[in-house]
Amino acid sequence: MSVPVRTLFFAVYRDRLGVSELSIDLPSGSTVADLVNELRGRGAPFDMLPEKPAVAINQIYSFLDEPLTAGDEVAFIPPVAGG
Amino acid sequence: MIFAEVSSDPIDTAALLAKVGSDEDGAALLFIGVVRDHAEGRKVTGMRYDVYAEMATEVLREIALEATIPLGTDRIAVAHRFGELKIGDISVGIAVSSPHRAEAYEASRFVIEEIKKRLPVWKKEHYVDGVSKWVEGTIPPGAGLEGSTHVVPLTDEGLA
Repeated sequence: MSVPVRTLFFAVYRDRLGVSELSIDLPSGSTVADLVNELRGRGAPFDMLPEKPAVAINQIYSFLDEPLTAGDEVAFIPPVAGG
Repeated sequence: MIFAEVSSDPIDTAALLAKVGSDEDGAALLFIGVVRDHAEGRKVTGMRYDVYAEMATEVLREIALEATIPLGTDRIAVAHRFGELKIGDISVGIAVSSPHRAEAYEASRFVIEEIKKRLPVWKKEHYVDGVSKWVEGTIPPGAGLEGSTHVVPLTDEGLA
């Protein structure tokens, strides 16, 4: 069983990676940290992502040890600068 | 009535202010954030705001809800803009009203400070020399990353 998730990249992450969105299949039981490791393990440019990025799962800020479920939307949130 | 909106349309401050106020309110306050022409000694020609729109709308609503506590009323209207903005353009507007001014000032300040801490919005400054750079931001609380550093280069300057 795999866990398909949709990952979103904004601002500086999108610029550096050259993509705004990726669909990724993870092994069941995977956490956000596993997703980060999978991406960083792809090498350049994905290894530019921080080891511990801020993330939101389904639009809610989440911890890296949060388990993922099929269909989750995982957004990588660079340091924010609104206002 | 709480109003929270994230849009690429220009912010209509009169409309925002008109959403708050009531017969019991003696104070109504409008704060606007405006794109300025300089940053850290560099001349700025404009700014690009990126946003995670679905999430930002929810977070903005949450912030407004929390601001009802210092405000003592639910009369808050807040709008954040995204897209390409010019010098002088309004990037954020916050209207609040309450029976007395102290609560209005406190709530308005709370909303803008919380926006800067946790609204999923990013801005890229365009400088007069043609270079652009993402503004160094704040790691939002709630993700368990307090004290983390951010190492991704924020500009194309010096990159191949």
